Amino acid sequence: MQIKTYAKTLAVALSLAVVAGCSSSGGTQEGDMNGTSGGMSGQGMTSGQGTSGSQMGANDQRPSVDTIYFAFDSEEIRPEFESVLRGHAQYLMANPNVNVTLQGYADERGTREYNLGLGERRAQAVEQYLTVQGVSPSQIQIVSYGEERPAVQGHTEEAYAKNRRVVFAY
Amino acid sequence: MKRWMSQGWKALAAGWLVSLACLATTAQAQNLTIEITRGSDQATPIAIVPFEFSGQGGLPQDVAQIVSDDLEHSGQFSPLSRSSLVSLPSSSKDVFYDDWKRVDARYLVVGKIEPQGDQYRIQYELMDILGGKRMLGETLTSSDGNLRASAHYISDQIFEAITGIRGAFSTRIAYVAASGTGDNARYALYVADADGHNGQQILSSDDPILSPAWSPDGQKIAYVSFESGNSAIYVQNASTGERVRLTSFRGINGAPAWSPDGRKMAMSLSKDGQPEIYVMDLASRQLTRLTNNRAIETEPDWSPDGQSLIFTSDRSGAPQLYRMSATGGQAERVTFTGNYNSDGRFSPDGKTLFMVTRDGSGYHVAKQELDTGRVTVLTDSRWDESPSVAPNGTMVIFATQQGAQGVLGAVSSDGRASFRLPSAQGDVREPAWSPFLN
Repeated sequence: MQIKTYAKTLAVALSLAVVAGCSSSGGTQEGDMNGTSGGMSGQGMTSGQGTSGSQMGANDQRPSVDTIYFAFDSEEIRPEFESVLRGHAQYLMANPNVNVTLQGYADERGTREYNLGLGERRAQAVEQYLTVQGVSPSQIQIVSYGEERPAVQGHTEEAYAKNRRVVFAY
Repeated sequence: MKRWMSQGWKALAAGWLVSLACLATTAQAQNLTIEITRGSDQATPIAIVPFEFSGQGGLPQDVAQIVSDDLEHSGQFSPLSRSSLVSLPSSSKDVFYDDWKRVDARYLVVGKIEPQGDQYRIQYELMDILGGKRMLGETLTSSDGNLRASAHYISDQIFEAITGIRGAFSTRIAYVAASGTGDNARYALYVADADGHNGQQILSSDDPILSPAWSPDGQKIAYVSFESGNSAIYVQNASTGERVRLTSFRGINGAPAWSPDGRKMAMSLSKDGQPEIYVMDLASRQLTRLTNNRAIETEPDWSPDGQSLIFTSDRSGAPQLYRMSATGGQAERVTFTGNYNSDGRFSPDGKTLFMVTRDGSGYHVAKQELDTGRVTVLTDSRWDESPSVAPNGTMVIFATQQGAQGVLGAVSSDGRASFRLPSAQGDVREPAWSPFLN
């Protein structure tokens, strides 16, 4: 909420690019969830267009959780993340001027180019879930980073689990 | 729209979005140092005598030591230590073959360096100790800045005289260096001598860089960069920094691979849904789609004759290597050993595939003989990937891990000798071995 106010204030004075930077700095949810400081992902990359144009009402706040995780070598949406996806779907449907970039990621195992494909599959699975809920495909962009830009460094199963993810970057 | 189009055509005529790649930071240099992790038990003993220098003071480079290191790092030679040299001749006429037979030297290299104005005259000779004869002798001119290159040239001549295989010591490698995490992540593309020295940064970015690939003439490097917010394929002149953005389609733009004649580029694009193999004609920019499958199809590599492509596909449920005509058509599965084989690279003679294979102990570099299907795993650490084959086929450079650090590794094609090339700082990965450059 604080961030939203801050972003709104800035939006008046500064450029759209600055707003995009601020709004994406709200995406520290993954780091909070993981209890790590190195887990921030997706900052500064997204276009963020649409954020400034949206009028966020009291009932359609953007969900605070912006990252969902996947099993090894899988793009299946895990049941525990369906509520997160529904929250984003509702938010996007209530704010048709808002666009989101789904950033798809893989863990570091396997070759980098193949992992670009795995990251994209995960983002596409999320995209499909959102569009089935009723979100317009025109609001969704996909970027796969594969194993690049890991949320967590390290060669442990724990690190891998945090890197196999899709991040909602608004 | 029309106006945009005409501007687009201008850009096209000017060489497609030509820009200079972050030249402000290109001053950064880096050396990788080769460490031997496993020597070959079949390496040939060779004695390399320090070259006599008749000038004042010392030389900026120890030429004989560079030659010795080159030959040792080929995995095929084991140079005698300097302390075990029986004498220090600088010319074949001062060599007593029996002395060198006693210390089991199979070959002997001697030489001398004389100043000649602000240049040097280097004379070297190679002797076959068992055969009792001089095999090679040559005189060349060098300068302070060229002594390393002259040493690599001498290594090339010696290697070829003894093995019959063209030396690859005067070639180069490209690789990606990465440091920092999150918002502090930095990526850079380097080009260095094949022995890791003289690394020069040719691109730096806050966003990931991957999959560098040399043009067959050694002038350009194609790579994938995320600097625009999505993957895009760029082609950059390795020496001038001038570059063009070749593709920036929606979805993945990845895995660039030059055809052997340099006229086409194979790549993986997901603009139509899934990553598929495409070939672009570089003169016309016309794309031909070669695969059509609800699977990830990526990492194409051309056979040396340019007639076929190898690529990774998980159409069977897991990544495996497939081969198809370079004009498309039916793809034939090539790998059947294990449930993960990817990033296939042809040997220069087209008879062997190098690839990444997964087994119970991790991801390794392996080779598969194409006629027999026989697979040999060449490396033994857990995280080996991105194999790139030396232009003479004798070595494969790859990315691996040392502790928490990403380092480059190299292994001889027979798997007998292996090396590490760690960086003093940060991770290094995504190596690409250049073609022959002269």
